[in-house]
Amino acid sequence: MPIYRFVIRFNQPDPRSDALLADAHALGVEKLKLITCQDIYFIEGQLSPEECRQLALKILSDPVTQTADWYELPGAVSDPEPAPSEDEGTATVFVEVALRPGVTDPVAAQLIRAAHELGFDGVHRAATGSRFLLEGLDQEQAGELASRLLANPTIQRWKKGSISPSFPQEAASSGEVETIHLRGLSDSELLAVSGSRRAALELAEMKAIQAYFQSEGRDPTDVEFEAIAQTWSEHCGHKTFKAKITIASPLPSGEGRGDEGEIDSLLKTYLKSATDKIAAPWVRSAFVDNAGIIDFDDEFEVSFKVETHNHPSAIEPFGGANTGVGGVVRDVLGVSAKPIANTDVLCFGPQSASFSDLPVGVLHPRRILSGVVAGVQDYGNKMGIPTVNGALWFDPGYTANPLVFCGTVGLAPKGRHVRTPRRGDRVIVLGGRTGRDGLRGATFSSMTMDAQTGEVSGASVQIGDPIIEKGLVDVLLPARDRGLYTAITDCGAGGLSSAVGEMASSIGADVDLAHVHLKYPGLTPWEIWLSEAQERMVVAVPPENIPALQELCDTYNTELTEIGEFTGSGRLVVRYDNKVVLDLANEFLHEGIPQRQLKAIFSTPSLVLPRPDGGGLGGGSLAETLLKLLSHPNIASKASIIHLYDHEVQGGTVVKPLAGLEADAPSDAAVVKPIGTTGKTGIVLSNGLNPEYGKCDAHRMALAVLDEAIRNAVAVGADPARIAVLDNFCWGDPLRPETLGSLVEAARGCHDGALLFGTPFISGKDSLNNEYLGADGQRHAIPPTLLISAIGLIPDIAKAVTMDLKQAGNLLFLVGEFAPVFGGSHFALLAPDISHDPVPTLATNTPKVYRALHACTKQGLIRSCHDLSEGGLAVAAAEMCIGGRLGLDLDLGPRDPVRGLFGETTGCLLVEVEPDKAETFEALFTGLPVVHLGTVTDAPTLSIRTNTELQITIPITALVTAWNTPLQ
Amino acid sequence: MTTKPTALILQAYGTNRDYDVAEALSIAGADPVLVPLNHLRLGKRHFSDFQLLVLPGGFSYADALGAGKLLALDLKAYFADEIRAFVESGRPVIGICNGFQALVKAGILPGNRKQGMESSDATTTLTFNAKGHFECRWVSLRPGSQNCIWTKGLSETIECPIAHGEGNFQTSDQSLLSALSSLNQIALTYAHLDGSPANGEYPANPNGSLLDIAGLCNPAGNVLGLMPHPENHIHPHQHPRWTRGLTMGSGLPLFRKGVKYAEAL
Repeated sequence: MPIYRFVIRFNQPDPRSDALLADAHALGVEKLKLITCQDIYFIEGQLSPEECRQLALKILSDPVTQTADWYELPGAVSDPEPAPSEDEGTATVFVEVALRPGVTDPVAAQLIRAAHELGFDGVHRAATGSRFLLEGLDQEQAGELASRLLANPTIQRWKKGSISPSFPQEAASSGEVETIHLRGLSDSELLAVSGSRRAALELAEMKAIQAYFQSEGRDPTDVEFEAIAQTWSEHCGHKTFKAKITIASPLPSGEGRGDEGEIDSLLKTYLKSATDKIAAPWVRSAFVDNAGIIDFDDEFEVSFKVETHNHPSAIEPFGGANTGVGGVVRDVLGVSAKPIANTDVLCFGPQSASFSDLPVGVLHPRRILSGVVAGVQDYGNKMGIPTVNGALWFDPGYTANPLVFCGTVGLAPKGRHVRTPRRGDRVIVLGGRTGRDGLRGATFSSMTMDAQTGEVSGASVQIGDPIIEKGLVDVLLPARDRGLYTAITDCGAGGLSSAVGEMASSIGADVDLAHVHLKYPGLTPWEIWLSEAQERMVVAVPPENIPALQELCDTYNTELTEIGEFTGSGRLVVRYDNKVVLDLANEFLHEGIPQRQLKAIFSTPSLVLPRPDGGGLGGGSLAETLLKLLSHPNIASKASIIHLYDHEVQGGTVVKPLAGLEADAPSDAAVVKPIGTTGKTGIVLSNGLNPEYGKCDAHRMALAVLDEAIRNAVAVGADPARIAVLDNFCWGDPLRPETLGSLVEAARGCHDGALLFGTPFISGKDSLNNEYLGADGQRHAIPPTLLISAIGLIPDIAKAVTMDLKQAGNLLFLVGEFAPVFGGSHFALLAPDISHDPVPTLATNTPKVYRALHACTKQGLIRSCHDLSEGGLAVAAAEMCIGGRLGLDLDLGPRDPVRGLFGETTGCLLVEVEPDKAETFEALFTGLPVVHLGTVTDAPTLSIRTNTELQITIPITALVTAWNTPLQ
Repeated sequence: MTTKPTALILQAYGTNRDYDVAEALSIAGADPVLVPLNHLRLGKRHFSDFQLLVLPGGFSYADALGAGKLLALDLKAYFADEIRAFVESGRPVIGICNGFQALVKAGILPGNRKQGMESSDATTTLTFNAKGHFECRWVSLRPGSQNCIWTKGLSETIECPIAHGEGNFQTSDQSLLSALSSLNQIALTYAHLDGSPANGEYPANPNGSLLDIAGLCNPAGNVLGLMPHPENHIHPHQHPRWTRGLTMGSGLPLFRKGVKYAEAL
């Protein structure tokens, strides 16, 4: 069948070109003078010349701004376009990029659908690509640019000159099942099987599998082996958090460290137990469902889940982050809720890293950032979910292992979520089709990466299609309201194996994989069962409800596939074309994994770490230091990214990510008033993260970031008695006792902090093995990173408080135990010779401070409020000035100016109060630390004194400029 | 007692600000009904049963092959006659963001040529923002046209967010620009916070649109298309500076105009 190639080019300069040019220069390809991008479409089919013309005009191009050229392959040998101009001796070089076979191509799918809609039935298959015209580069440099920026070999092919289309191979349909011989294998042979199938199982686990099949009197099929490997993966099974941990050498007891000797499950001992002890009556579901659930008001409940998608984002940033968002949105759909807000917290390597310093096989951090941000943007915006809260952190430790935390909040009427499939209910798959996408993603994310990871695990990359997922939302919410299903879960890591396996874990199911709709033929049964193709949900549906569900699916263009039924047999049976390919006892699959036995060593908390680079105060003034801190990438404005996310859709964003007169200052937390709710209650979302502290003292880090998340929520008006939190631990290899020791310390910190504040954990996730084994043989591990995400309620959104100074003449107070230190501080990153400090500790009266603050907020006494975090008091004050474009005149009293200005604390906030309300305000803080620091001024200057001596005076304009420094 | 005019809110594949505009229309006095496109195709619902037509924001067909384009193909392939009849009956039509893009790409807006939807030689488009990327930020809009039923009599600046990547109004027919002015079709233009014209300056004009055009109506004035989202500023607490006591520029009056007009028909 003939294949036609269409090239679409802009008549005016393509607006995408400038951004690409800037990226290229930043990635070290400085000789590039001009880059022009064009779109390529390959269409296979029987088409007349007139049909080609119509396709080009009506579907492929915008005739107002673009021109289309096309020809039939392979008829045309030479490029039909005008010869490029030769300038300064370097001709234009063409690079073309196309997807690798089998990679999801949603645009091509829409192209075919639209062509058929227009009556061009001859269109058979389609593929998309991009064409780049590069000026100023020689052939070699063009190749460098292609591999650094234009193409990602994990999902794309590139070529200098004309590329050919890659349609998925039409392999013969395959029911092929392999038997994995385990019986009689030695220990080393068992490990070799685990390794060769990239199963990431350790010896004890392989032996348990071997023993099970010995007792069954047979060997496993590949479907069975892969299903067990997935169910038992770290990603799905949380083996480390459930492990029995022996503390190998407890150090002399000090703060926050005990001598248990043995911990039976971090999850039970520290996280679930904190929730159980707090026993908050408003927690509806903790650690049970796909997402944690709390009460919202009498009518609604809210759910919250935060997931990581680190490994996929390292090798394909756009797809990894894109499907990270898609996955967590499905988690919330999995508790029958409507997704109403997204959060994203991202950790990357320094954007200024030089290529020569990058480990082999690692993408440049700048490229990872832009790809990840684009992926988050694409999915959230297209689904119509506002991205309202987040954070960004840079550290060399994240260069090879970026962290991508995606969160979603859901809203549902109370009591509608059902979770018990009944015997005879049909097993229904809704949404996207199944391909080879993401095979072994669950086990892949449980391994240390190496230079070959991108190559070998290419199939682990999933590509998202948010509009299919939007269709799932449109179908599932009315299906929930009409009671059409009896249980629901999402297809995430492990695909159908995980979803059906989980739903059938108490009842059993019998499914036939030959019914599963495939993107392309040729998948073997284990590939179908394990595929992590996106945008799929599994529901249990009584047979009589299927017509109604089918009608909803037809209305919203969503595919419904029946693959089997829930049986009541207690066994999971999987067939392909009626032939049994998997037959496992639920008990073995879900309970048969041996508990891991691990060793941990506590290390002494380190004080301020030696700095990796030079620089620092360097004799500069305090004012210069403040400006440096404001432009530090961890502190500086994230506006360039925030504006890429739709934070307004659904109309509920009451406190937005950016606040103030010019809407360019950093909010402490987001407040969301969900559309469709009738009361005054709003949802507050915030987060706490500080890997700098994690490098020094994991226990204190946990306390500090938990406090930070709560502090941020209380700052905007959340009721401290109604805050729930989520944990996300991202750590290195837990088999190293020191690494596990710091994980234990952090988990203990979570427990202690949760009890102090009375904030229950309702959900959590861990991502371990965030290490990269470089070709140089060195391990590149991330700093211990704990993200705490808080979800709180504000009783009346009209009482919400933003951080921008409101009115000259108002008073500024400091509340909380102000004990600034330099350990793990951002000042310590700048200044070379500071005293050896620990990281901040958490004062036990902090919860009282927050309660008092909330009492003031409820009475409308607070005009603005901002928490002290990275950079200390001076940075917080500066940000408030930026927000209000007003000045401050403060006096810190008798104290060391450097420590007072830049030392870091927990539990402290700056609060603006009108003079005539100051007395009431101070009365509510009786017995608690509160200090009157000074006054809001019309004079556009930030002035800070100690004991009347002027230490800093900076014009607001200088603060604004420093704060808006591009992230470098 | 007058009955509320019913508004058809078209749910295409990828629509996502349907509930937002439904709330705005409800407050403005209409009875909004969310209607999936497939229900119209199946004849379960008809355009002619409604007094207002709304094409809400979103990413129909994921913006594949150009924002609004594939939805425009649907409109032309399945509903050309019904939509023409609706428009010619003079009933209010509004396309917001993706809906505006679809109206332009379907030839319904600016609608200066009679052949409209049948014509394949489009001369206007909403193309990629001059900055080359999606952007969400608040903008100020000056109501201009006294011919457009949605903006006639509005004097106050509207403040509301934009959230789009392809909102840059361009034309290949320079004579059209003067026609749009002389026929009073420029319904809304981007302005600075103080209400003065944006004059193409970013970010007041966030996307590079010619003549700061944010919204256009057809020559008859009953069909309005606009890129910004007035439906996301219908409550004071949605305003970015409400905690400073600044809540001006509600988007509600615009919807009230359309609803009032429908009531009077």
